[in-house]
Amino acid sequence: MNAPAATQHRAFSPSRIAAIASNTLLELIRLKVFYFLLIFALLIIGCSFFLVNLSFQEQFQVLKDVSLGAMSIFTWLLAVLATAMLLPKDIEDRTLYTILAKPVPRLEYLLGKLLGVLALLFVAISLMSVMFVLVLYIREQAAIHVATRSMAPAELAGEIASIRASTFTVSLIPCIVIIYLKAALCGALTLLLSTFASSSIFTIIVSVVVYLIGHVQPIAREYWLATNDAGAGTKIFLALISLIFPDLTAFNLVDDVVAGNAIALGLFLKTAALGVTYIVVYYLAAYFAFSAKEL
Amino acid sequence: MKRRLLVLFVALLAFGAVKVPYEEHLERVHRAAFFHGAKLDLGLREQIGQLGFLAALSGFRSLVADALYIHAHAAWERTEWGRMKLDFDAVTALQPRCVLFWDQAAWHMAFNASIAARDNPKQPREALRIRDQRQYWKLGEDYLLRGIANNPERPLLYDRLGFLYREKFKDHCKSAAIYAECAKLPGAPQYAHRFAAYELAQCPGHEREAYELLLALFHKGEDERLPTLLRILGELQEKLNVPPERKVDTRAPSHP
Repeated sequence: MNAPAATQHRAFSPSRIAAIASNTLLELIRLKVFYFLLIFALLIIGCSFFLVNLSFQEQFQVLKDVSLGAMSIFTWLLAVLATAMLLPKDIEDRTLYTILAKPVPRLEYLLGKLLGVLALLFVAISLMSVMFVLVLYIREQAAIHVATRSMAPAELAGEIASIRASTFTVSLIPCIVIIYLKAALCGALTLLLSTFASSSIFTIIVSVVVYLIGHVQPIAREYWLATNDAGAGTKIFLALISLIFPDLTAFNLVDDVVAGNAIALGLFLKTAALGVTYIVVYYLAAYFAFSAKEL
Repeated sequence: MKRRLLVLFVALLAFGAVKVPYEEHLERVHRAAFFHGAKLDLGLREQIGQLGFLAALSGFRSLVADALYIHAHAAWERTEWGRMKLDFDAVTALQPRCVLFWDQAAWHMAFNASIAARDNPKQPREALRIRDQRQYWKLGEDYLLRGIANNPERPLLYDRLGFLYREKFKDHCKSAAIYAECAKLPGAPQYAHRFAAYELAQCPGHEREAYELLLALFHKGEDERLPTLLRILGELQEKLNVPPERKVDTRAPSHP
């Protein structure tokens, strides 16, 4: 009789990563992080009623700005707060030791954690998008109803087309994807910080500071590359900011899209490629730091 | 661990050396597609305050612009024209690609504030009231010109500027030029090319040019033969002494 063949241990297992990712997602959901959706819903519904004195173009402009701005804030906050507590919580609960005592490489552990956060962000932004589209649709129908009652039939078709063009347009979809990528980038960056940070608070504070610096990075970069009369100290300081910090303004396309700009496919892909590259690089850097960490 | 962090730092610097040219390229691509056009300078910081400026810098400039726009709307309801102008300056600086904001800023200045200035009961001298009125027209024109500079491919602001020149400045030559520019743009209103010809007919020295334009429109077919076009074409035929054999029938078609 042959003994049952022992399951061969694989160096890289997608199923192990999926298990860690789904567990991370479940843990985060159990922390009731989705309560923020209630705030989001109240914000956009409240906003849509608050603006009734404005014309419908103004209402839709503000509603889209507020909704997409809120999406951006909430996904970023979620990315930073959820990621910052991942490793400290696992260390505190001792689950990290249980997992790593098994033949689970740290690479997979970290990837599973990151994918769990990315899944959480995906669920959050999808739910917010659904709410956003729903509120926009309700307001659109209300505006069409008012127009139907008040306008002559000859002018009605043009007015309805104008109302529809002011509400949800296809160009908003790449915008939402870019918001997601920006939040995912911030999540990956927070994961990197948390691999050598001493506490969650430290990680959160540094992440917020990096977020702010990331938005002035293009100014530093421009000054660094264009100015020759700055002192050596200033040049080195600007170079460090430009080289180390991500350019987060590259992901701020939503303001101009709501204003009527369209995102060309090439532009969207180039921006998305930058976001994905940042995520991969920060993840690899996090692994590099985490692989030698004494636990 | 410290050695590892040092290696990590150097690796991030190396990645930075690769990413900076790409970020530069991406910024140029974005700017060519009219993204990131807002100029967040110290003048704007003074207008919107430190917190607003920080929010604008952090990627929430549209939210700050909306808040200021609502503030401007409230200022309009209270007829605080100076406050409204300051708010609109900040709004348009924050969101230069939003034609709605340029349009509303220009409209409130040229059509609401100007009339309030003309009817200002606190100013007994009519000459000063007229001067104030004209200054508000100029402010409206300035918003539209700056709006067009930031949105050269969008016809709405050209249309509004043509209207402003026609209705307020009575400058038909400028109005004709702007309507003609508007008509060239994709998505321009159907009347833009006709209005360009109508305005040109009232621009001294350009009657012949206007006549040729209107005649070309007339020959395009029934859809272009609107009452105003027929009337102006008829007037120009008389004014330019067009020979009878070359005159077209400008009588409005009678409908049963």
